[in-house]
Amino acid sequence: MSNQPTITKVAGPLVVADGMSNAKMFEVVKVSKENLIGEVIELHGEEASIQVYEETSGIAPGEPVKLTGQTLSVELAPGLLESIYDGIQRPLELIEKEANSAFITRGIEVPGISRTRTWDFTPVASVGNHVQEGDILGTVPETSLILHKVMVPPGISGTVKSIETGTFTVEHVVAVIETEDGAKEIQMLQKWPIRIPRPVSGKNMPSEPLVTGMRVLDTLFPIARGGAGAIPGPFGAGKTVTQQSLAKYCNAQVIIYIGCGERGNEMTEVLTEFPHLKDPASGEPLMKRTVMIANTSNMPVAAREASVYTGITIAEYYRDMGYDVALMADSTSRWAEAMREMSGRLGEMPGEEGYPAYLGSRTAAFYERAGYVDCLGSDDRKGSLSVIGAVSPPGGDFSEPVTQNTLRVTKVFWALDAKLAYKRHFPAINWLQSYSLYIDNLAPWYGKEVADDYFSNREKVQGILQDESKLEEIVRLVGMDALSPREQLTMEIARMIREDFLFQNGFDPVDAYSSLNKQYRILKSILGFMESAGPVIDQEDFDFKKLQALPVKEEIAQCSFTPEEDVDAVFDKLDDTIQSQISALKS
Amino acid sequence: MSTAYKTVKDIAGPLLMVEGVEGVAYDELCEVELTDGSKRLGKVLESRKGLAIVQLFESTQGATTEGTKVRFLGRAFQIGVSEDMLGRVFSGAGAPIDGGPETVPEKKLNINGDPINPASRDFPADFIQTGISTIDVLNTLVRGQKLPIFSGAGLPHAQLAAQIARQARVLTPKEVEEGKGAEGNVQTDDKFAVVFAAMGVTFEEAQFFKNEFEKTGALSRAVLFLNTAGDPVAERIATPRLALTTAEYLAFEKDYQVTVIITDMTNYCEALREISAARKEVPGRRGYPGYLYTDLATLYERAGRIKGKKGSITQIPILTMPEDDVTHPIPDLTGYITEGQIRLDRSLQQKAIFPPVIPMGSLSRLKGKAQGEGVTREDHSGMDAQLTAAYARGVEVRELAVILGESSLSEIDKAYLKFADRFEKEFIRQGEGENRSIFESLDIGWDLLKELPKSELKRVKPAHVEKYLNA
Repeated sequence: MSNQPTITKVAGPLVVADGMSNAKMFEVVKVSKENLIGEVIELHGEEASIQVYEETSGIAPGEPVKLTGQTLSVELAPGLLESIYDGIQRPLELIEKEANSAFITRGIEVPGISRTRTWDFTPVASVGNHVQEGDILGTVPETSLILHKVMVPPGISGTVKSIETGTFTVEHVVAVIETEDGAKEIQMLQKWPIRIPRPVSGKNMPSEPLVTGMRVLDTLFPIARGGAGAIPGPFGAGKTVTQQSLAKYCNAQVIIYIGCGERGNEMTEVLTEFPHLKDPASGEPLMKRTVMIANTSNMPVAAREASVYTGITIAEYYRDMGYDVALMADSTSRWAEAMREMSGRLGEMPGEEGYPAYLGSRTAAFYERAGYVDCLGSDDRKGSLSVIGAVSPPGGDFSEPVTQNTLRVTKVFWALDAKLAYKRHFPAINWLQSYSLYIDNLAPWYGKEVADDYFSNREKVQGILQDESKLEEIVRLVGMDALSPREQLTMEIARMIREDFLFQNGFDPVDAYSSLNKQYRILKSILGFMESAGPVIDQEDFDFKKLQALPVKEEIAQCSFTPEEDVDAVFDKLDDTIQSQISALKS
Repeated sequence: MSTAYKTVKDIAGPLLMVEGVEGVAYDELCEVELTDGSKRLGKVLESRKGLAIVQLFESTQGATTEGTKVRFLGRAFQIGVSEDMLGRVFSGAGAPIDGGPETVPEKKLNINGDPINPASRDFPADFIQTGISTIDVLNTLVRGQKLPIFSGAGLPHAQLAAQIARQARVLTPKEVEEGKGAEGNVQTDDKFAVVFAAMGVTFEEAQFFKNEFEKTGALSRAVLFLNTAGDPVAERIATPRLALTTAEYLAFEKDYQVTVIITDMTNYCEALREISAARKEVPGRRGYPGYLYTDLATLYERAGRIKGKKGSITQIPILTMPEDDVTHPIPDLTGYITEGQIRLDRSLQQKAIFPPVIPMGSLSRLKGKAQGEGVTREDHSGMDAQLTAAYARGVEVRELAVILGESSLSEIDKAYLKFADRFEKEFIRQGEGENRSIFESLDIGWDLLKELPKSELKRVKPAHVEKYLNA
C-alpha cells in the first residue's frame, strides 16, 4: 500500500510531495489544507514535483496533497467572450466577490464558465443526422458580434439520437449522439487540456492580410491571417501600445489578449477602455469580441507560465468555429522567465542565460499553434489563428535567447526602437530592421483588393528609406550641401515618408486607423511628388530651397488626418495641387 | 509553536540550516537566540522534511552551530499598523528608533501583502503637479503611478525626490478652469502621507530626507523606515515591504493619498543577490537571481488605486544605475515593471542644470489621461510631443555641429540648435525651491517654440499655435 500523498519540501512555487505513485504527469493536484491549485511537472518514483499556481507562504511539509485525476484544462462554452480571467481561467470578478477584497487571496475556487447563466440554443443538426467530430450541432448568440457554435467534440462521431431547442445552462445535455461505443451526451460545456493543440483537419498557406490600420505594419511589414509575428523591444518603446492598437483595430473577429506578467494598471486600462471602445466594423463595444487573460507580474509565477496556454486554447476553440482569431501575448519574455524560474528551482541543467534547454522547442510549439486551417467538421469551414507575441529583451539586446528563439519561428518581425520612441516617433517600429516574410503570399491579395501597384510602391519606399540611411552617413561627415540635388530630393522624400506616412498618432481618432486605400493614397501622393520633382530639380542652377518651400508640403503633412469618407476626393485634389505647384517651378 | 530547536547544522552568510524540524512552514518567521542571549529575526526560505533553510534579517555574526536556539513563530513576518505611525521613525526591521514608545497596532498585517486584483483596480488618471517642468509637461506624474528615478552615483536624485514629495499636489477645478496656478498654499480636502524607506543608504542621505521633511513640516505626516549602510544587509529585504504594507494600510483603509519614496533599489537588489549566492542558486544575468523580475514586481506593483477607495499609493523608487548603464539588470527589469521612469543625466548635471532630467529616456506611461483639456490645458499633449521631438533634433544637430562646425548648418538646423540650448537653460533648469504651475511650464514651452519656424510645429495643433504662440 502506498503512502498518503504528503508534502516533503516547499521552496517558493515549487512543492515536492511523497506518496505520489498514482500521479500522472501534468495532473492537477490540490496542495495543502488550503487546496492550492498545482500541476505535476516531474515524477521520480514516489516523489512528484508540483508547480503551484498560488502563493505558498505558510505551507509546511507534512500537509496533504490531493490528486484530481485531471490535467490542467480550460472550460469551453458560451460565456468566454467578455470575460477577464487570471492565468488558470478563474474570472477575476468572481475572485473579487469570493475573496470579498480587492486583493487576490488564496485557495479560491471559482468556475471559468458560469453554471447558472442560460443561453438560447438553436439546433443546426437534426435527429438521425450522421455527425462527425467538429460538426456544428447548434448555435448560441453569445454576444451581438459572435455566434457561438456548439461542435461535436474531437473523437466523437455517430448519429444524432436527440437534440433540444431552448434556453439552457451550459451543463444541460443539448444533444445525444449514438456512437459505436454507445450513446454520448453533449453539453455546451466542453473541456480541453491546455498543453495539447486542438486538432484540425489540415493547415493552409496564409494568403490574406490581418489588416491592422497601422500604416507601417500594413504597408511595409504586413502579417497574414493565420501568421505569427514578434514585437521585440526595450521598455518604453511601445510594445504594449502596439499590442493594444492591434487588439482594437485589427480585422480579426475574435481577440484573445493575454497580459502575461505585465503591469496591473495597464491591464486595468484595457479593462476600462475596451467596453467603451467601438469595433470599427460593427460599432459594437470591442469587449464583445474579446477574451482577456490578466496575470500581472505580482501574481504567482507559475500561473504566468500557464496563462499563454490557457489563452491559446481558447483562441483555437473559436478558430475551430470558423472565425478569424488574433491572439496577443504581452509579454512572452515573462512566460520564458517563468519557465526559467521553475527550471532553476527543479535544479535542471541550464541552457543559455539560465533558461532551460527546452526554451526553443516550447517557444516553437507555441507559435506553431497559429495557422490558417481547415477546421474539423464536414462543412469545410476555414478558420485562422494569428499569434502576435511581444518580447522584452533585457537591455533591448535582440541577441538574447528569447528573442532569438522567437525569431526562428515567427515570420514577421516588428523591431521596436528606443531611439525612435525618444524622438516621439510612433509606432516606433524600425523600418530598416523589421521584416515580413509574407510579402509573396499576400501580394496577389493586395493587387486584387487595393491596387495593382501597391507592392511596387512599397518596394520604392523601402529603397528610399535605405538610401536615406546611407546618405545620412555622408551628411554626418560632410554636410547636406555636399549632396547632389537628386540625393537631396531623396532625403526630402524620405523625411515625408517618415513624418507623414510612417508616423501615426494613435491618440487621434482619425489618424489612429488608416484603411488600406488611404495608406495607398498617401504613399502615392508622396511618390507622385518625387516623380514630378525629378525633372524640375535637374534644371541647371535650380535652388533646392524653392522645392522645400512649396506650400503643398503642409497639405501633405496633414493628409493623414483625412476622414475615411473623404479620402478619394481629398487625395485627387492633393495630387493636382502637387502637380501644379511643382510645374510652376519649371523655368 | 514554542519548541526551540538547537539543531543548527550549517551557517553561511545570512543563512542557517536547521535540522530535525517538524511542520515548519515556508516563509514562516522565526526567532534565533544566540548563546549570549541576543535575539534575531529570520524567515524560512525553504522547508523540507526535517530541514529548514532560514535567512536571518540581521547578521549571523556570533552565531554558533552549537547552542544557538531557533524558535519558529507559526506566522509570516507581520507589522502592526496604526495611524499613530505618522511622524515616527522606525528601523529597517520595523522597531521604533526615534526614542518614542512602541506604537499600539490597530491590526497586524503580513508584510508580503496580496496582489491587487486587476479587475478591482481603478485606472490612475489624476494629474499630480510636482512644480517641475520636465516632469509635469513631459513625464506627467499621475496619482497611483509607480515612477522611479533612474539616477547615477553623485547625481541629485535625493534633492529631486524631496522636491517632488514637498511640492506634489493635485490642481483644483478652479485652477484648471482659469488656466492659472493659484498663489500661495492650496488647501485640498485630501489627507496626505509620505512613507519613506531607506535601504543601505548612508546616514547622511537618510538624514537629508529627515531634515527635508522636518523643515517643511511634512515629518508629522510621514512614516520613515531607515536601514542605513551599516545596518544588516538581509534586513533590506524586509524594509520596503514594511513601508509598502504601511502605505497600503494608510491608503486603502484610512483614505490617505500616500507617496512612497524608496531609496536605493540597487542596494535592495544587491542584498537579494547576496542571499541567492549564499543559497548557491543558479544565477541569471550578472549574478542576480533568475526571480529578480518577479521579486521586484511584488514591490513595485503595490502601487495604484482601488475602485471604491479614496486613497492611493504613488511610488517613487530611486535606483542608481551602475556606471549609468540603463541596460544593467536592475534598471532594465525595473523599467519593464514600472510605469515609466525619470532619468537623470550626467552631462546635464555637468552643465550645472538642476534637475538634470533628460527627456530622451524619461517616460510616463500613464500621462495620456492626465494631459489636456479639463485636466491640465488643451495644448498639453501636443506641447509634450513637440518639445521632446524638437529637443531630440536639436541634440542631433549639436552633435553634427561638433564635426562640421556650426557655420555649415542649415538655417533650420541652427534654429533647432538654439532651441535646444534655451530648452536646457530655461525649461529643464529650475531652482530646488522653484514651484512652477503647469500653466507657467506650458507658457515657457511656447516661448521656446518661437525659435522654430511655424512649419516645423507639426506636433501641436494649428489652433493651439494661433492661440498660444504669441499670447
